[in-house]
Amino acid sequence: MRVSARHATLLLFLAAFAALPLLLPSSFHLRVATLVWIQALAAVGLNLLMGLAGQVSLGHAGFFGIGAYAVALGPRHLGLDPLLSALAGLVLSGLLALLVGRPILRLRGHYLAVATLGLGILVWLVLNSEVALTGGPDGIQVPRLVLFGWRVAGAETWYWITGAVLLLGVWLALNLEDSPLGRALRALHDSEVAARVAGIDVARSKLVVFVMAAIYAALAGSLLGLFNRFVTPQVADFLHSIELVTMVVIGGMGSTLGAIVGAAILTVLPQALTVFHDYEHAVLGLMIILFMIFLRQGIVPGLAALLPRRAVA
Amino acid sequence: MSTPIIEARGVGISFGGVRALDDVSFAARAGEVFSIIGPNGAGKTTLFNIVSGLYRPDSGKVLLAGEDVTALPPHLLAARGLCRTFQNLQIFLRMTVLENVMVGRHLHEERGLIPALLRLPSVLRQNRATRARARELLAFVGLEKRADDPAGALPYGALKRLEIARALAAEPKVLLLDEPAAGCNAVETEEIDRLIVTIAERGVAVVLVEHDMKLVMRISTHILVLNHGRILAEGTPAEVRANPEVVAAYLGRHAAEAAHASG
Amino acid sequence: MDQLLQFVFSGLTVGAVYALVALGFTLIYNASDVINFAQGEFVMLGGMVTVFAHAAGVPLPLAALLAIVVAVATGLAVHRFAIEPARGANAVTLIIITIGASILIRGLAQIMFDKQFHRFPAFSGEDPIAVLGASILPQSLWVLGGAAVIVAALWLFMERTLLGKAVRATAANRLAARLVGIDTTLVLALAFGVSGAIGALAGILVTPITLTSVTVGTLLALKGFAAAMLGGIGNPVGAVAGGLVLGLLEALAAGFLSSTYKDAVAFVVIIAVLFVLPQGLFGKRAVERV
Ligand SMILES: Nc1ncnc2c1ncn2[C@@H]1O[C@H](COP(=O)(O)OP(=O)(O)OP(=O)(O)O)[C@@H](O)[C@H]1O
Ligand SMILES: [Mg+2]
Repeated sequence: MRVSARHATLLLFLAAFAALPLLLPSSFHLRVATLVWIQALAAVGLNLLMGLAGQVSLGHAGFFGIGAYAVALGPRHLGLDPLLSALAGLVLSGLLALLVGRPILRLRGHYLAVATLGLGILVWLVLNSEVALTGGPDGIQVPRLVLFGWRVAGAETWYWITGAVLLLGVWLALNLEDSPLGRALRALHDSEVAARVAGIDVARSKLVVFVMAAIYAALAGSLLGLFNRFVTPQVADFLHSIELVTMVVIGGMGSTLGAIVGAAILTVLPQALTVFHDYEHAVLGLMIILFMIFLRQGIVPGLAALLPRRAVA
Repeated sequence: MSTPIIEARGVGISFGGVRALDDVSFAARAGEVFSIIGPNGAGKTTLFNIVSGLYRPDSGKVLLAGEDVTALPPHLLAARGLCRTFQNLQIFLRMTVLENVMVGRHLHEERGLIPALLRLPSVLRQNRATRARARELLAFVGLEKRADDPAGALPYGALKRLEIARALAAEPKVLLLDEPAAGCNAVETEEIDRLIVTIAERGVAVVLVEHDMKLVMRISTHILVLNHGRILAEGTPAEVRANPEVVAAYLGRHAAEAAHASG
Repeated sequence: MDQLLQFVFSGLTVGAVYALVALGFTLIYNASDVINFAQGEFVMLGGMVTVFAHAAGVPLPLAALLAIVVAVATGLAVHRFAIEPARGANAVTLIIITIGASILIRGLAQIMFDKQFHRFPAFSGEDPIAVLGASILPQSLWVLGGAAVIVAALWLFMERTLLGKAVRATAANRLAARLVGIDTTLVLALAFGVSGAIGALAGILVTPITLTSVTVGTLLALKGFAAAMLGGIGNPVGAVAGGLVLGLLEALAAGFLSSTYKDAVAFVVIIAVLFVLPQGLFGKRAVERV
C-alpha cells in the first residue's frame, strides 16, 4: 500500500511535535515553536480556502483578530470565562464569514482580493479605533486561562496545547480533502463551469470553506491571545494577512503540510532576523521576494516531486 | 411516440446586439441520438449553454421532463438528470483522471459536512464505492489504465472521453455532447461512435453537436440544422441530407462525403 | 453650503492623489496583469527624497527631480529584479512579490531616512484663497492641476506616440502584440518606470498638505488599489474617476460622520459597490464564454 499524502502529513507532524521539546534548548525556543503551531493553524485553514478551493483572501487576519480580541474583551466587558469567550469569538467570526461570504465569493480574481482585503482592514480599523472598547493601538491584556481550576501557564504547557489543537485542525482538514466536499472544492478551483454542471453547488461549497477558514483563523487568534496574554491590533493588520497568504504559498498551495512548513518559516525567520536590527524589514521583504521567485511551486510539492513517484501523492 | 425528455421552445439570446440564437426549438426523447449541426458560429454551443443553465435566454423556454427549468442554475439541472461535456475541454487538471470522474458522482454522494470532517466509516465506505464506480466508467471509455495519472497528462482525444465518463458518472437522463470527436483520429472517432450508441441504447437522450458528418449521419435518429442562430432544417438524416438548402448553406463539400458514407 | 464646498475641495485634492496611484496600478496591470502593491512606496519616495534633498540644501525643483529619478529607478528595479525573474508565476505569487518589494523599499527607506513626519514649503505660499465662501490652499490647486497635466500627458503619450501605441497593444492582447514584434518586456519595464514617475509626482505635489513619512505608502497603495477596482481594473478613466470618488466620499464622511473612520470609507465603498456591480463601476459585464 502506498503512503498517502494524508498519512505522510500526519506522521511528519506527529514526529516533529513529539521530538521538538527534546531538541529545543530553551523555553524561548519552545515559545517560538508555540507561535509556529498557532500561525500554522490559521494557515492550514486558509489553505483550505486558497490552496484547495483557489479563492484568495487578503484579509484573513481580520478573522484572526476577532478571535484574539474575543479572549480579551469577553472577560473584561462581559465577565465571560476566557474559554467561553474564545468560543464566542469562533461563532462571531464564523457568522461574519457567513454573512459577507455569499456576496464576496461571487467575485473573482482581483475583485475577490480587494473585497477580502477591505474586510480585513475594516476589522483592523475597528480594533484600532475603538479605544474605549479595545484599548486602541496600545493593545489590551488577556486574562489567564483557567481550565477547571488549572491555571494554564508555562512555555511547555502551551506548546502541547497549541500543538494538540493544530493536530486536530490538521486531521479535520485532511479529512475534508478526502470527502465529496473536498473533491468539489478542488474541482471548482480548476473549472467552475464543469463543477456546476457536475451538480456542485459552487456558491455553497465556497461559503462552507470560507466559514471554516474563518473559524480556523479565529481559533488561532484566541490561542495567540491566551498564550501571549496580550493582544494588539497588529494581529489583524494587512501585513499579517499577507504573512498568512505567504505561508500558504511558500509551503505549497493545496498542501496542508506545506501550510505548516510555511508558517514555521515565516514565524522563525523574523525571530532570526532580529540580529539584523535596523535591516529587519528590508531583509524580510527581500526574503519574501526570493522565496516567491525561487520556490514558486512551494516547498512541500517541490520536495515531493524529488521523491520517487507514488511514494508521496 | 413517447414525450420528449428535453425540449427547447422558441429560445433566443443576444450578445451585445448580435442575435446569436433566434426562435430555436427542438425536442429529444429518451434513447435517441439527436444531433445539432451547423457551420461555425451557428449557435450550437450557445444553445447547449442555454439548455444546461449557464446562459439565461432572453426569450423562450427550456423544459426538462415536461417541467419548465429555464431559470434553473446548472447544478440543479444536473440534479434533475441533465449533464454535458464541453467543446473547449473543462477538465479538473490538478486532479487525477480517476478523481475527475469521482467528482461526477457528487450528486449521488451523501455530502454531510460533519461526517466528512470526522471521517466516519460511512464516508470511507462511500469513498470506496465512488472510486469503484469511477473505475468502471473509466473502463467503459477505455481509460482504466490511466486512472491514477494526473488528468493534465492525457492526450486530447482521451480528455474528450474523460469528460464523457465524468458526465456519465452523474447517471444523466439527458447528455449533451459538444463536439466529442473534434481533434480525434479515426480510431478514436470510431470509439466515440460506439460509446454514444451504447449510451443511447441504455435509455439516455443524447444531444450531439458534431462537425464530423459521417459520424452524425451514421448514428443520429434526428438532426437539427442551425445557421446564423436560426433553424435551417430538421428531420431524419436522410431528409436533412436531401434538403437543398442544407446542402447549399452548410454541407457543401461535406455532402458528397456524407452521401458516400451512408453508401 | 460653504462647508460642503470646503469638503469637496479637500476631497478632490486627496482624490487626485488616489487617482494617480490608481492610474499607476492600471498602467502596470494592463501591461502584465500584475497588481503592483509597491505603488504606494513610489509616492512615499517622491515625498521623502524631496524632503531630505531639500533639507540638504538642494533647491526644491532639483530635489523634486531627484525624487522622480529615484522613484523611476526603483520602479525599474522592481520590474527587473522581482517581476521579471518570476515571469509566468500565478497572480497570488506576483501579488506577494510586489508586497515583498514594498516591504523592502520601506525597510530601506527607514534606514536611509527616519520615522518622523516631514514636509517642505508649498510651491506658491501657504495663504488660503477664498472661493465662494470656502478657502482653498494654493497647493491644492497645484495638486489638482498637476494631476490633470499628468493625466493629459499620459493620454497624449498613449494616443500619439509609437511607444504609447505599443503599450496599448500590449494591454489589448499580449500575445498578438508579441507576434507583431512588440517587446512586451520593454513595455512592462516602461510601465513600471512611468508608474514610478507618476507616484513620485503625486507624492511631491501633496506632501506640503498631508505631510509624508516612510510609512505612508501602505495605506495609499491599498486605497489606490480600491480606487482602481472601483472603476473596474484596467480602465484608466475608471481609475481616475474611482480615485476622485473615493477622495470625495472620504472627505465628506470625515466631515459629516466621523473622522476616526475616514480610512474605512474606501473599503466600505469598494465592498458595497462590488456587492452590486461585481465588475466595478465601469467594468464590462461580459457573459463568460465556455
Ligand atoms: N459569451 C458570449 N459572449 C459574446 N458572444 C458570444 C458568446 N457566446 C457565443 N457568442 C457568439 O454567438 C455566436 C454563436 O457562437 P457558438 O459558440 O454558439 O457557435 P457554434 O455553433 O458552437 O460554433 P462552432 O462550430 O465554432 O463551435 C457567435 O457569433 C459567438 O461569437
Ligand atoms: Mg461550438
